[in-house]
Amino acid sequence: MELVMAILIGVLFTAAVYLILSRSLLKIIIGTGLLSHGAHLLILTMGGLGGLAPPVISKSVTDFADPLPQALILTAIVISFGVTAFMLVMAYRAYAVHKTDDMNQLKGNDEHD
Amino acid sequence: MINLPLLPIILPFLFAILLLFFKENVRIQRALTLVGVIISLIASFYLLVTVKTEGVLAVTLGSWPAPFGIAMVSDMFSALLVTTTLLITLFVVVYSFTAIGEERERFFYYPAILFMVTGVNGAFTTGDIFNMFVFFEVLLIASYLLIVLGGEKKQLRESIKYILVNVVSSALFVITIAYLYSVVGTLNMADISVKIAEVGQPGIITVIAVLMLIVFGVKGAIFPLYFWLPGSYAAPPVPVLALFGALLTKVGVYAIMRTYTLFFIHNVGVTHEILMVVSVLTVIVGCIGALAYFDLKQIIIYNIVIAVGVILFGAAQMNEAGISGAIFYLVHDMLIKGALFLLIGIIIYVTGTSNLRKMGGLMKTHAPLGWFYLIAAFGLAGIPPLSGFIGKLLIAQGAFEAGNIWGSIIILASSLIVLLSVIRIFIYAFWGEPMELPKTKRKPYARMMLPTIVLVVLSVLYGVGTEWLIPYVTDATDVLLQPSIYIDAVLK
Amino acid sequence: MKTNDVILQTTTKVVFFIIFLFSIHIFFAGHYTPGGGFVGGLLTTGAIVLLLLAFDLKTVQKALPFNFTIMTAIGLLLALGTAAGSIFFNVPFFTHAFDDFTLPLFGVTSLHTAMVFDAGVFLVVVGAAITIIQSIGGDS
Repeated sequence: MELVMAILIGVLFTAAVYLILSRSLLKIIIGTGLLSHGAHLLILTMGGLGGLAPPVISKSVTDFADPLPQALILTAIVISFGVTAFMLVMAYRAYAVHKTDDMNQLKGNDEHD
Repeated sequence: MINLPLLPIILPFLFAILLLFFKENVRIQRALTLVGVIISLIASFYLLVTVKTEGVLAVTLGSWPAPFGIAMVSDMFSALLVTTTLLITLFVVVYSFTAIGEERERFFYYPAILFMVTGVNGAFTTGDIFNMFVFFEVLLIASYLLIVLGGEKKQLRESIKYILVNVVSSALFVITIAYLYSVVGTLNMADISVKIAEVGQPGIITVIAVLMLIVFGVKGAIFPLYFWLPGSYAAPPVPVLALFGALLTKVGVYAIMRTYTLFFIHNVGVTHEILMVVSVLTVIVGCIGALAYFDLKQIIIYNIVIAVGVILFGAAQMNEAGISGAIFYLVHDMLIKGALFLLIGIIIYVTGTSNLRKMGGLMKTHAPLGWFYLIAAFGLAGIPPLSGFIGKLLIAQGAFEAGNIWGSIIILASSLIVLLSVIRIFIYAFWGEPMELPKTKRKPYARMMLPTIVLVVLSVLYGVGTEWLIPYVTDATDVLLQPSIYIDAVLK
Repeated sequence: MKTNDVILQTTTKVVFFIIFLFSIHIFFAGHYTPGGGFVGGLLTTGAIVLLLLAFDLKTVQKALPFNFTIMTAIGLLLALGTAAGSIFFNVPFFTHAFDDFTLPLFGVTSLHTAMVFDAGVFLVVVGAAITIIQSIGGDS
């Protein structure tokens, strides 16, 4: 199972890197989304895949999974949700002002604004 | 009062929330912000005194026992930084009343500042590595808002890059935490330190150490990850730039210092050697940048990079002189960078440009500005008895003790280049033939000068009063050099 | 151009309430079973977004005359207030209190301060998400 997860995470990271290196702003944002998904899956895998064991300790349960990775992932998902939403708004505004979503056109420095 | 370490985090947060109710009323916003920052500052001073008398304070959220719950830990190092942060915020807020403009004030400017301070103080105080990530995100999201506020063309363009760099580095942070968790099985920083000591830092921990350096290096702008800094920091208006320059990179520096003194101390030959080489390179590229530009903002921004290099060089020595020098220099740099950015903000306001070639002769019309700029510039370069001197002296001493002769020579030589780069501003802007100035009112100038002067005077006092600060810095150094103090306080 | 979206509008009027009630169910289920303020808030947001799709921004603004920024602020205040309540009892921040109460109609119910915190989260999620959508959808 770990192997499948590792390959999946690798594929997600590859796709994310490809998208982030592209020129379109929207693709870049999708790329960052994939990157954080990969990171979340990585937390899940690194915390140990518990199988069917429940993430609680009680008297009848002898075999239990670590509940912490789930809490971490939830936190990380909320954060990446917020950041992605903010980035989308930003990208939209930048597109409205600059009339382009091509990163090459958005290079710019002080000399040629 | 077991929740004392949390007060400098909660109070700005509370006032930031209250501000959201008064979006349209700028007067109430200003008053509330001022009250909030002052109350937080008082709380942080109280915290500082308590930490001095009672040692490291730790509280575990939600009454969970120590390695399981999220710990918040105030040792002297973090208490000093928290206090400095609030101090600088106070002056920047007062400065903003005149400098930022009402349009921005109406659009969540003050709440964003307070949210950012919440994040910065939280990152300084937390004793849980994942919680540190959360506070990093809090301060980053607030900084995203601050950097784009106003929506100018240039701001939008630069903030996209700023956000992108930070999102990628945050993802890397999560990945690093995942690796660390899989090796040590805990997130509590004191507990991580214990667990790493138990396994004796195998190769995988060293890899994680380098990953951490990359993650925090992006936030703290070390070589070669500083590339985003000059462009992004030049985009927002000066008060925001002052906050960013004084606080944000320092959070990255703090995180590196904390992890490299608490976690990764068993293979110093590799990890700290890398840190040292990288920090020296950071100083060198910072110097090149500071000399290359004729733009006020860019010169001081590259000085941030230099300072980051100097502090980390001190921290990499892992001996008493080096670490206490780094702490001295860190606090000094926060104060002086705040003051310098506020000063060049006034210069830009008076001359209407940030291009040095278009300035001149300000000494005839704005003499006090010139003198205070000169004091701040000397302070930055570390001319005794001003504030930069003692830090650099101790860092150099630590490096000589550790046998890193060449590194310390480069650090000392960099002081000259720092001096040259800031004096160049003085020569071009204040000497020479007076240029025709755009018509500006005298009143906003005076109002902007007031907080700036107080901040410069404070930095001078910091330099002159080194003697009284030594006990505090010694306490901070002890905790960094002897992780057992920190660990005992958290795990009881 | 006038589009004919009678079917969407008619279904939305019913489905909105179903989603909203379900989100409240999820919210209350949160303490012992999966669910909670965040998911509940997202569901409510989903319901409002559905309204926005079926009708236009102005109609929805008229139907739900809330200032969503203020809603976010109230939510944050609620969450922080619950957590900070522990300061006055001098126990660590975020310590939560709970007990069983006998209520009319419900019988013995366990009540938690964590629920108030979760209500805050609910309001923050709805407020923030709708603010974002409004700010993008506002100009076009």
